[in-house]
Amino acid sequence: MDFGSINPILLLASLMVAATPLLLAAIGELVVERAGVLNLGVEGMMITGAICGFAIAVNTGSPIVGLVAAAAGGAALSLLFAVLTQFALANQVASGLSLTLFGLGLSALLGQGYQGIKPPPFPRVDIPLLSDIPVLGPILFRHDIVVYFGLALVAAVWWVLKNTRAGLILRAVGENHDAAHALGYKVVRIRILAIMFGGACAGLGGAYISLIRVPQWTEGMTAGIGWIALALVVFASWKPWRVMLGAYLFGGITVLQLNLQAAGVAIPVEYLAMSPYLITILVLVIMSADKSRAPAALGRSFHASQ
Amino acid sequence: MLTLEKRPQPSRLWTYLTPVVAVILTMLAGAVLFAFLGKDPVQSIRTIFWEPLFSEFAFYYRPQLLVKGAPLVLIAIGLSLGFRAGIWNIGAEGQYIIGAICGAGVGLAFYPMEAWFIFPLMVLAGALGGWAWAMIPALLKVRFGTNEILVSLMLVYVAEQLLASMSLGLLKNPEGFGFPGSRNLQQYPSAHNAELIAGSGMHWGVVSALVAVILAYILLNRHMLGFHIRLTGEAPRAARFAGVNPARLILFCLGTAGALAGLAGLFEVSGPSGQVSIDFNVGYGFTAIIVAFLGRLHPIGILLAGGLMALTYIGGEIAQSKLGLPAAAIQVFQGMLLFFLLAVDVTTNYRIRRVTREVA
Repeated sequence: MDFGSINPILLLASLMVAATPLLLAAIGELVVERAGVLNLGVEGMMITGAICGFAIAVNTGSPIVGLVAAAAGGAALSLLFAVLTQFALANQVASGLSLTLFGLGLSALLGQGYQGIKPPPFPRVDIPLLSDIPVLGPILFRHDIVVYFGLALVAAVWWVLKNTRAGLILRAVGENHDAAHALGYKVVRIRILAIMFGGACAGLGGAYISLIRVPQWTEGMTAGIGWIALALVVFASWKPWRVMLGAYLFGGITVLQLNLQAAGVAIPVEYLAMSPYLITILVLVIMSADKSRAPAALGRSFHASQ
Repeated sequence: MLTLEKRPQPSRLWTYLTPVVAVILTMLAGAVLFAFLGKDPVQSIRTIFWEPLFSEFAFYYRPQLLVKGAPLVLIAIGLSLGFRAGIWNIGAEGQYIIGAICGAGVGLAFYPMEAWFIFPLMVLAGALGGWAWAMIPALLKVRFGTNEILVSLMLVYVAEQLLASMSLGLLKNPEGFGFPGSRNLQQYPSAHNAELIAGSGMHWGVVSALVAVILAYILLNRHMLGFHIRLTGEAPRAARFAGVNPARLILFCLGTAGALAGLAGLFEVSGPSGQVSIDFNVGYGFTAIIVAFLGRLHPIGILLAGGLMALTYIGGEIAQSKLGLPAAAIQVFQGMLLFFLLAVDVTTNYRIRRVTREVA
């Protein structure tokens, strides 16, 4: 065992990277759930985004185009969920599960022939001056642009939900869709937009894993991160800033257990690899005491006739 | 413009018709998918649905139908009880793995002793293992109100790691030349879940699946507990006034689902698969979710749906070797089935009407 091999600065820097896919997927799902829709298909949308982004980036040579394609792929898949739940009024839990099962299969199908290929490298942005600060520089200011985009997205979602009319309407739809409908808001249209936003974010998060974090394509590579993102939204009590906190917490656990594996701690690798999932359960248990924060219409179908 | 009009009661006709329509739509969409992959669509569909049953090699494939169908039906029966009551256990894959580990562990503990009571003990251990694993989300939900969907799913990943640890460590075959994986239970007569009639594919798992179907049917139609399960799903408020104890229901539904999934795992590890290995689980726990819905959460329906799903597995393998159809295409195909089912299902509860918008 060699704890000396763990460099705390590198650890914190890689924490930011490990947290980004979670952050992206969770902030998207937060918007979906604030609109009153429970989409359990995050895992499926992430993995679809991962392969869409990877394939397009490899074929065009541009990782940025890949990221855009990933967002589009995730949004397209989420549209299937939107049709099922908003028009066919299907059960949201079952529809979300079917999205995940379908997405896992679809990504495996699309990903044939992309195994073992290296994607085009993603440029790292060294913010001038700030990145030269000792300790803080390498941790905070020497990342790729998606890390900062994720943070900006959290801030934007927080601001829109809290301070704008659009945010107010979205929350109204999520709290009481009948009242929102009576006031003349298009409940179904707003929910579809929210679902697509969630899909795009999840796709982006998936592509971040396949293009930047790993970077290569393997089947089922998201390994439950989509599900952890769902748990994060509960952990965050549906508040954007707490999603960020949670994402860094889980990113930290992931990175720490990987570092402990590398350092050769006396705990078997498999038990270390379990830890993010076990801690997710623990956090869910602690947070489930407070149910009051959930959007009141979460998971309920809306039909104007009722 | 089309609008939906809620039916006063779910349509009986459409309840039976939707799975059939969904299967037909999936076949059509699947044919398009296979055509995109450069395969002959008609031949692909024929290979998947026809060859396992009626081709000249069907004598080999038909027993496989039972082998693949049994775990699916066993797991789906357990899941359907919870799904009916709005209790979402989606971690059957984990319960399946733990059942296999516990059952195989008990069997291997007796090795190389030969005795009649070893296999029954293994069955018991498998069911208990799956039950215990499902009790984690159940107890957390009852005690803390924790979301059982997320907890049961997280436990799948934990179980997969545990499986890896077991096949590399505790249960590893000491005479296996360092390869991962346990001793092969097929070569240990007292622990082997052998075919009851040689060449028929009929093993104890198939028998249990049929028994589970019958018991579930009786439970849901003839028993107070089954009535409470249905009541909770269809009218939660009425159930509360009728004095249904939700905690008891959660413990029962999740526990039963876990025990059945554990049994499925045990029968698989001691029979067709033979050993505890890293890649022992192949996703039956997740496919069973599709089976449960396709079977309309009804025991008889699940039996038929399990058979159909087993057919796509076997037909998929044939199509893979004969036509070079990728394995993932079958996974997509199975996923589409659930999609179409959920989409078509709207006709059960709603009437689709064409309305012309009048000028106000």
